[in-house]
Amino acid sequence: MNASTISTIGAPVRRKEDHRFITGKGRYTDDMNRPGQTQAYFLRSPHAHARIRAIDTTAAAAMPGVVAILTGADLAADGVGDLICGWMIHSVDGTPMRMGSHPALAKDTVRYVGDHVAVVIAETLNAAKDAAAAVEVDYDVLPAVAETGRAQAPDAPQLHEVAPGNTVFSWELGDKAATDAAFSGAAHVIPLDLVNNRLAPNPIEPRAAIGEYDSGDDAFTLWTTSQNPHLARLVLSAFVGIAPENKLRVIAPDVGGGFGSKIFIYAEETVCVWAAKRVGRPVKWTSDRSEAFLSDAHGRDHITHAELALDAHGKILGFRVKTTANMGAYLSTFASSIPTYLYATLLSGQYDIPAIHCHVDAVYTNTAPVDAYRGAGRPEATFLVERIVEIAARTLKMDGAAFRRRNFITSFPHQTPVIMAYDAGDYGASLDKALMLSDYAGFPARKAEAAARGKLRGIGLSNYIEACGIAPSAAVGSLGAGVGLWESAEVRVNPTGNVEVLTGSHSHGQGHETTFAQLVSSRLGIPMEQVSIVHGDTDKVQFGMGTYGSRSGAVGMSAIVKALDKVEAKAKKIAAYMLEASEGDIEFKDGRFTVAGTDRGLAFAEVALNAYVAHKFPTSEIEPGLKEGAFYDPTNFTFPAGCHVCELEVDPDTGVTEIVNFVAVDDFGVVINPMIVEGQVHGGIAQGVGQALLEGVHYDGDGQLVTGSFMDYTMPRAGNLPSFRIGLTETRCPSNPLGIKGCGEAGAIAAPPAVINALTSALGTEDVPMPATPAKVWQIIQAQRAVAQAAE
Amino acid sequence: MKVALRINGTLREAEVEPRKTLLDTLRENFHLTGAHAGCEHGVCGACTVLVDGAPMRSCLMFAVQADGYEITTIEGLAPAPGELSVLQDAFCETHGLQCGFCTPGMILSSHALLEREGSPSRQEIVEAISGNICRCTGYGQIIEAVEFAAERLRKANAPRGSALPHVGAPGTEPSAQDDAAIEHGILEAATAHDGGPK
Repeated sequence: MNASTISTIGAPVRRKEDHRFITGKGRYTDDMNRPGQTQAYFLRSPHAHARIRAIDTTAAAAMPGVVAILTGADLAADGVGDLICGWMIHSVDGTPMRMGSHPALAKDTVRYVGDHVAVVIAETLNAAKDAAAAVEVDYDVLPAVAETGRAQAPDAPQLHEVAPGNTVFSWELGDKAATDAAFSGAAHVIPLDLVNNRLAPNPIEPRAAIGEYDSGDDAFTLWTTSQNPHLARLVLSAFVGIAPENKLRVIAPDVGGGFGSKIFIYAEETVCVWAAKRVGRPVKWTSDRSEAFLSDAHGRDHITHAELALDAHGKILGFRVKTTANMGAYLSTFASSIPTYLYATLLSGQYDIPAIHCHVDAVYTNTAPVDAYRGAGRPEATFLVERIVEIAARTLKMDGAAFRRRNFITSFPHQTPVIMAYDAGDYGASLDKALMLSDYAGFPARKAEAAARGKLRGIGLSNYIEACGIAPSAAVGSLGAGVGLWESAEVRVNPTGNVEVLTGSHSHGQGHETTFAQLVSSRLGIPMEQVSIVHGDTDKVQFGMGTYGSRSGAVGMSAIVKALDKVEAKAKKIAAYMLEASEGDIEFKDGRFTVAGTDRGLAFAEVALNAYVAHKFPTSEIEPGLKEGAFYDPTNFTFPAGCHVCELEVDPDTGVTEIVNFVAVDDFGVVINPMIVEGQVHGGIAQGVGQALLEGVHYDGDGQLVTGSFMDYTMPRAGNLPSFRIGLTETRCPSNPLGIKGCGEAGAIAAPPAVINALTSALGTEDVPMPATPAKVWQIIQAQRAVAQAAE
Repeated sequence: MKVALRINGTLREAEVEPRKTLLDTLRENFHLTGAHAGCEHGVCGACTVLVDGAPMRSCLMFAVQADGYEITTIEGLAPAPGELSVLQDAFCETHGLQCGFCTPGMILSSHALLEREGSPSRQEIVEAISGNICRCTGYGQIIEAVEFAAERLRKANAPRGSALPHVGAPGTEPSAQDDAAIEHGILEAATAHDGGPK
């Protein structure tokens, strides 16, 4: 199907946006240049923790091409406020989280390697870099703590005065007494200690920003690599104080991947837009990959001890979790919500668990800030749940699938003990289909065959659930969110009958220009090419909450549906006058307004034209024009769920793991474009496999980043991944008009436990850390061989 | 210093610093922004261009080193304005791209493979794109695109090199027969995916 066709929901339509990307005509932030533009380069801290005694810029400022060198003192002089965290979490004792000051340029202390000390603005990037090398900073180097588990040690260096013991908050969810009672009656208690490894999101487009100041209008424009330009404007205006909202335009053009890391409001774009007024010229900054590793917000980084209580028959009675979450040196924009309301609320998994209690300590360390990365909290929850469930099954000598099935939630709606009310699902259906597609029953024979070849073969299940489409505004407000999480849409029908849709969602690879157009095309009966999707510019789209948490379908498209409802209602009124019929008799189908029971009718475009010429209806009753807007606030989260199965082989001589089969069966509710959904699943699994086998951010004991390039941080490449087998099951989501649940994060959530459950099955030990690199797997096998030899 | 580069079939001159990379020269001097900087240390492949037909990392090559070579960028791959090469079209057909940032490099690496191998195996395709990191797709649909393009080029029964534009000489091709192949592919899109994954 191509763009000149009227589309339907569920059709694998080719993407409208592809043409510019495959011809090199994409417009990413770094592709743009402004007249008179200067280049910014950030002088970053080489130390994980230090007091800044003095910064001497005299020699640097005199170097050729230097326009300005600005520091935290200049920010303070202009009254520029700190970067903020927009989600308030209260500790168990009722006190608010301890938010350490986070200036865009350090005031007197740097707290991680890569922290921003000064910005050099010059005619060229090379001139800026040369001058940065000549800035003299007198550091008083302080001891640092980078390890999550060491942050709260009595002798650990303290990062922020407001946060004694480096504790941001000490929070809990669930009923502790009920959980303790469940454990007291348990036949089995399964303990588990886990580390969820720190990851670098690494979209291939590095972050970039151009700030521009128009002294004539006293107004700013910021081009930036953002997943949510309106939120960037709101934060930069209301909290950082760059300019009033009406004097600040934020544009996020084509964005080359985000995976969460481009949600946040960072120091660099803040400085670029502020400095543009200071120097009176546009200021451009583009991150290089080293800077991205140092300063893009990382993901995950949890240490957890958990216990699962079971009765004698393998029924789960209770779940107790204690997690320490590393927040890095400062609280990033949504950091506090990730290990709390996006994590602990998913600890029931797909299972009927009567009692759950979770305690989370969030800690500061001398590392880059940690915030949402694809899945954001839900991968951490799913990894924990699916590992402990698998271990429980193995401990009780039960089949992992049978154990899960025994504990599945089977009736809906289901209220878990941790806030969430699951609205719809069929976990048995996705498990059945996944077992069938993976030939689960045939695994023992394949394992024996592999053993005959000297290979260790394992299979692992992961029955994940996620909460997406975030979320009802009042609900998230009651949990501490500083914003509402609705979405907006405006449908502008032009006089010639083609349509522009302005959306607050933002595409950075998800294909909104296609899926959103599919919705409009199918609803209005007009060809895809007559629908344009406009996003990413605060001067065009009035407001929006952006794209993350798999929310653009469930929330963003629902807003478009609401606006389309209004367009259709108004167009029917106009059509009634044109057809001289009563409004109640007008039907709209396949792009035509007809009078019920007659052959009299009008094409959509004819009604659109008449809406604007306004000759045939009383404008005292109906306003001319055809343009409607809507704000849609969801009634609940959505709950995509499914079952992923990983089968792999380990070469015991090299420790190399090869995934030989990966099956993903997902229930995303109604699917708009299965081709795009398949791509989202593949990409998510790739990132999940990356976490399990390849990727890990590592700081040394002094807080130096060891994995600071693609040479040191292993990104999945084509040869690391198998072909994936994808299946869908469908239960319609009852919480939004299209029945959509969301598909963007499932793979990243489901894959890590599937891989590690398979690997632990192959190796015969539960103690396999992520990333399970060949070196680590080889060491495990060597240790097993040594034990076996000693026993002989 | 002055460099003369033959880019997408046209000789173009620029005055550059000796330390200026080919990537920065293409982007800044010639406004060819399809090649992207993804890592600046030669590991991600987003900056890939063809130098005399071979995929090269333009972030690791100085512009002065490229003097006298035939440079092909993504902007030079389409046979004519408004048209797509069979490979470009196949990327759209199989959803071989999401955010699009790695895509020009990915297509050029794949293009070089198809220029030398008409029936590449999956393993050969994997090896050809193993120097290009994609964070979005998981690679499956990219591999599918290359397989699909190879199949269509074979089915078109045209000598290779007429269906794919010659490196360094775009704009002179393809024949009407090639257009038919492209159109056929577009029409096939609706059926190519009706069964979901293959």
